Amino acid sequence: MQLDSKIPPGPLAEKWSYAKSHYKLVNPANKRKYDIIVVGAGLAGASAAATLGELGYNVKCFVYHDSPRRAHSIAAQGGINAAKNYRNDGDSVYRLFYDTIKGGDYRAREGNVHRLAELSVNIIDQAVAQGVPFAREYGGALENRSFGGVQVSRTFFARGQTGQQLLLGAFQALERQIALGTVKQYNRHEMLDLVVVDGHAKGIIVRNLVTGKIEAHAADAVVLGTGGYVNVFYLSTNAKASNATAIWRAHKRGAAFANPCYTQIHPTCIPQSGDYQSKLTLMSESLRNDGRIWVPKQQGDTRKPSAISEGERDYYLERKYPSFGNLAPRDIASRAAKEVCDEGRGIGSSGRGVFLDFADAIKRLGRKTIEERYGNLFEMYHDITAEDPYEQPMRIYPAPHYSMGGLWVDYNLMSNVPGLYVIGEANFSDHGANRLGASALMQGLADGYFVLPVTIGDYLAGQFGKKVSVDRPEFAEALSGTQDRVKRLLDAKGTRSVDSFHKELGSIMWDKCGMARSADGLKSALLQIRALRDQYWKDVRVTGNGEEPNQALEKAGRVADFFELAELMCIDALQREESAGGHFRVEYQTPDGEAQRNDDEFLYVSAWEYKGEGNEPVLHKEPLVYEEVKLATRSYK
Amino acid sequence: MNLTLHVWRQNSRESEGRLVEYKAEDISPDASFLEMLDVVNERLIAKGEEPIHFEHDCREGICGSCGMMINGIAHGPLGGTATCQLHMRHFNDGDTVFIEPWRARAFPVIKDLIVDRSALDKIIQAGGFISVNTGSAVEANTLPIPKPVQEMAMDAAECIQCGACVAQCPNGAAQLFTAAKVSHLGLLPQGQPERYERVVHMVETMESFFGSCTLFRECEGVCPKEISTKFIERMNKDYLASKFKPTKEPVTT
Repeated sequence: MQLDSKIPPGPLAEKWSYAKSHYKLVNPANKRKYDIIVVGAGLAGASAAATLGELGYNVKCFVYHDSPRRAHSIAAQGGINAAKNYRNDGDSVYRLFYDTIKGGDYRAREGNVHRLAELSVNIIDQAVAQGVPFAREYGGALENRSFGGVQVSRTFFARGQTGQQLLLGAFQALERQIALGTVKQYNRHEMLDLVVVDGHAKGIIVRNLVTGKIEAHAADAVVLGTGGYVNVFYLSTNAKASNATAIWRAHKRGAAFANPCYTQIHPTCIPQSGDYQSKLTLMSESLRNDGRIWVPKQQGDTRKPSAISEGERDYYLERKYPSFGNLAPRDIASRAAKEVCDEGRGIGSSGRGVFLDFADAIKRLGRKTIEERYGNLFEMYHDITAEDPYEQPMRIYPAPHYSMGGLWVDYNLMSNVPGLYVIGEANFSDHGANRLGASALMQGLADGYFVLPVTIGDYLAGQFGKKVSVDRPEFAEALSGTQDRVKRLLDAKGTRSVDSFHKELGSIMWDKCGMARSADGLKSALLQIRALRDQYWKDVRVTGNGEEPNQALEKAGRVADFFELAELMCIDALQREESAGGHFRVEYQTPDGEAQRNDDEFLYVSAWEYKGEGNEPVLHKEPLVYEEVKLATRSYK
Repeated sequence: MNLTLHVWRQNSRESEGRLVEYKAEDISPDASFLEMLDVVNERLIAKGEEPIHFEHDCREGICGSCGMMINGIAHGPLGGTATCQLHMRHFNDGDTVFIEPWRARAFPVIKDLIVDRSALDKIIQAGGFISVNTGSAVEANTLPIPKPVQEMAMDAAECIQCGACVAQCPNGAAQLFTAAKVSHLGLLPQGQPERYERVVHMVETMESFFGSCTLFRECEGVCPKEISTKFIERMNKDYLASKFKPTKEPVTT
């Protein structure tokens, strides 16, 4: 397997201009002769499908939801970063680039990240033109707020619903193309395999979730914008249906999987309350602008928060990281929460929680201002917990939220399988080992609006006249493989539900491949996962049949893939004998408990090649070359 | 807590449906309504029966996937919440709960509580957008927007396209949904060039799928985002005004 990152030559700030000036182009009259499949319609997929349609390509867009607007991007709350420097606080494209590289603990590519920072400003322009109602100052100009890991205010927001409003912008652009006939939309269709013909990605296999029919679709290129995989933990902030099947199937067809162990545990989520819990709810990072995080100084202090005096409280983030305080990056804030809970100072009935307290902010700014800023989040918290955060501090705890890892892509967002492009959270490219807040929306939209529509032409220009049809034997093979797999799940007729297996897998992953990982833990997790997977295929019970809507069957296929992905995550976490960002190996920490990187041995992207069932995957290393930024120990003190 | 459920079961669009009684026992009051159904479903699977199918995804009240008639009220008794954010503490031990799919001719049942809401997307396709291709935007702060205008546009833009407004309406009308999008875009300066043709095309498409509005205002009462019917007045005004403006023919799919 050859991994060529294809970073353009020249100075960092000119790489993207250079690349754009040198890509091969498809003549406007020829664009309609190319078919492009886009899977997923979140921020990345919808913006890509709409933009490709605008350019004149023939697009087919597949989603498993009833409408493209349901994608989980819609749940992003806090905001989107852009280096506009509207606040005149010293922001710049370079600073956004630098913050993202540092925030990612020096495990991302310089070239990609700089391009992302450059494009951030265009995204805001585009979104405003589409009618995204970002928050404004009284003078009518756009408003900004701060997010974790940075010391400028560069985050644009639409109340606590920034993801929703940005997704609606992309969704509306997509619906416009559907009306114009450039995009054909396939709702309630789930991708179950990738079809590779002569080494190139040329189509997909999908299941119609209403009729159960399994169908093949051919195209000149395939784009996956299918999101992240932290539902492998069962309980996460992801939507219930978010899954890894599309990228995992592509991986099994030859696409390298990069840095699977880099997962983000978000520090501010509502803690679990019982066994029935189906998901965890995020409380936006923006709350850390005004909320103060604390636990009692005393172990086992179960008094009401109001009864604990100032002197008896430990504002541990402010104490440990005075220059960033409550706005320390996510990986650091999460680990710090785990640490105080491990010390027995956690709050709530489970002892796994910390306070996020707004009393000072309400005193300083008044309740009205706090309501304006976070009203809908406070309401959501109240709906779920029946506690009033205006009166008593929120209880929060870290939860799986985002996957920095994903399919390996080059600078052009193409995987190592020619013709297969991967965008948004589904790829691995821009966040290194830890993503900063308000950067996921930025990356999804940069990929979809501005990068992929340009880079894909460079590939397609060389594919003229090489169209394949679904009559090729590769399609028949993939089709029957998918049918067999569906049948196998239905025929297992075991005793346990899919969810019961998924919960068990999630708990193994959370305990052993979550916020803290060790060699022993990971080795035992691998044994447990393999045993559970074997049991799954024998003992899973999938009710219903394959010819009508069947949610149990949909889940069963996704969980089967999570088992295999979980194994790769543990293998990757075991192999990476260092701590970096969200990957914390307890064996590798500084004397004060911070992540200890090992740049001499691990300054590379781990790209794993699938070698068939029962065989160990093979590791390929893409060295990370830092020309602009000096590698340093990340400090937020 | 223990409840008695009467749930609409229907295998497919063509087949006949019926209400089936289930006991939901030993449910935590802190569980959400959908988590209560999860528990019931796990028990059904254990008995070898098919689980109750219902649409859901984010479970944070924002994706708009979920929705069911709970004792005849779209999204249940609480008001201002989607079904996923309704918690069992709002019910009493021993309650009987009727659970049905959205009731509207424009939303045929796919299975159990899942309905086909694709007619709503058709309304968006008719003009629920601002026609601006990627790359042609001007610098974002070129166009100042008064804060109250932006706030009002945002109030309308919060719609999650769940379809509760249609389900609750005695006429099965989609006025509140359509008005929310017409107002979101029509309030903003960016939306002005297409303002009047947008409202014409969206309203006419809406009329082809949905019933007519006779101002019952049931929609407003069940909207999880509490979108106001004042936007319907606004839409009607724009629709009337459009008769005096030049517009182009609608794009057809």
